[in-house]
Amino acid sequence: MRKLKRQLCAGPYIVWIIGFTVLPILMILYYAFTTPDNRFTMENILSIAEPIHFKALLLSLRLALECTVLCLLLSYPLAMILNGLKIKKQSFIVFIFVLPMWMNFMLRILAWQMLLSNNGIINSILQTFGFSGISILNTPAAVVFGMVYDFLPFMILPIYNSLVRIRTEVIEAARDLGANDIIVFFRIILPLTMSGVISGIIMVFVPALTSFVISDLLGGGKVLLIGNVIEQSFMQGMNWNLGSGLSIVLMVFVIASMAFMNSHTKETEGTAVW
Amino acid sequence: MKRKILPALAAASLIAALSGCSGGSDNSLVVLNYGKYLDPDAIEMFEEETGIKIEYEEYESPEEMYTKYKAGSIDYDLACTSDYMVQKLIEEGEVLEMNYDNIPGIKNLDQTYFEFSKAFDPENKYSMPYFFGTVGILYNTKMVDAFEVNTWDVLWDEKYSGQIIMENSVRDSFMVPLKKLGYSLNTTNEQELQEALDLLTKQKPLVYAYLVDESSDEMVAGNAAMALVYSGEAAAAKIYNEDLDYSVPDEGSNMWIDSWFIPKTCKNTENAEKFLDFLCRKDIAMKNFEYVYYATPNKEVYNALDEETQNDPTIFPPREILDNCEVLSSLDSDSVDLYNDLWKKLKSD
Repeated sequence: MRKLKRQLCAGPYIVWIIGFTVLPILMILYYAFTTPDNRFTMENILSIAEPIHFKALLLSLRLALECTVLCLLLSYPLAMILNGLKIKKQSFIVFIFVLPMWMNFMLRILAWQMLLSNNGIINSILQTFGFSGISILNTPAAVVFGMVYDFLPFMILPIYNSLVRIRTEVIEAARDLGANDIIVFFRIILPLTMSGVISGIIMVFVPALTSFVISDLLGGGKVLLIGNVIEQSFMQGMNWNLGSGLSIVLMVFVIASMAFMNSHTKETEGTAVW
Repeated sequence: MKRKILPALAAASLIAALSGCSGGSDNSLVVLNYGKYLDPDAIEMFEEETGIKIEYEEYESPEEMYTKYKAGSIDYDLACTSDYMVQKLIEEGEVLEMNYDNIPGIKNLDQTYFEFSKAFDPENKYSMPYFFGTVGILYNTKMVDAFEVNTWDVLWDEKYSGQIIMENSVRDSFMVPLKKLGYSLNTTNEQELQEALDLLTKQKPLVYAYLVDESSDEMVAGNAAMALVYSGEAAAAKIYNEDLDYSVPDEGSNMWIDSWFIPKTCKNTENAEKFLDFLCRKDIAMKNFEYVYYATPNKEVYNALDEETQNDPTIFPPREILDNCEVLSSLDSDSVDLYNDLWKKLKSD
């Protein structure tokens, strides 16, 4: 009786998973392997080899990689600094960093579009001080900038959390045994925060790889990522089969990158990765 | 007391949303239209006058409209979209014939625009024109001289590098080089399209951005010298920034007509026709004209306008410009793929 009750409790979640995860994926798979007149084909998947699509995929991978590296370089020192502060200040500053996430990300990207435009606020400030204005908007650099801005909290939080979890005794013990700062960092702190770093990388890399709105808004329609190709095949090209095929390819890349990252964290177990 | 209002409102809107999904009862009308393309007051008035409840849905591009319609989750009773998309739906047998006898107000519409509509609705059986206009160059008179924008060549002038905004849609962007080369904007000739692509590729380094709805905002803000826009957007932008002006180059351009049609999914054609008749009524058409500010085919409205508005070439394109323009027609699926491939090629370059 009790078992039945428990199973009933899981009901809503099963409906949720089937309705919003399993079914959509099955539909994508169906579209990906069929032609518009419902015959089996591999063409949609293989079309990733077409120069246009392949170029878009490479550009997506490149920008996602750049974004992830930048986020990591910015987040790690920051997380270290935060961890060194007094407890009260810490939570306040973490709060400040998370605060923008409460606002819709589209609005924030649109705001950047305004700030960075030719006659935007940033350029007018630069010009009042006699500098020449920057024209970064509508370039790949602006897209990377937008992604870094948007995904930075997803890198800071896991790294910060894993840093907080390191007990001071461990570091004190290392020092007692004669380790200097550099050795403490590389032999103690870095290995113990790897799980945070990995989960940060995944949380940044995956959405950066699949994004299309940021590249549309900050790239001015001139930066074609694989996400844009997929969006266009659905919304403009009315070719759902091609869009699904490319989505499957992209999914493979996402899963592969997650598997790759996970395989490198086996030894530092204990904290959940993502 | 106050506190109770919000949940009540939330509940009411939820119920409204749910009933919308179920397709509505007999006395309702599900309308699909472009965003910001109908004065909300007009909807309220219609509901009050007839007791018919309107469920109003909006979309951004004709392609999005097609996707929404084809998804089939909502049964639309009435929809408005652009020329070539109307034609595509007519060809697919998705459109019901209109019974003009039930729309007496249609006599307010200028017959000329039914003639133009024949480009996509050859027998004038399926559609009713709502707004129309041209595509042209919105330019900043402080940066560009008026004589320069008499030709599309100005969009390839290196003087304006990083100052040019193009349309982020396939057909509108390809229209420009095709017209510049003297070809039809409905061409399916691969050679001609390749030439057009070469021109667009050459132009890309000069382009500030490919935008849709933001183009006129960017022009108002003075972020670019020229933008390819619809005449209606240009008219609106001119109100906000006096330095802006609009020109349709001499090589010709695209004339677009947005029309109403009754889709096959309509459950109550009588209500749909009632709404169309309502839209033709002078006071309502005037309301919508003032709200949208695009050229209206309604001659009652046109005659009631002051002379300055009537003669504003940005809003009401003169006949000789219209005669120099072509209406987009729908393409067969192979040509659609070709256009999309060339478009992606341009974007990924």
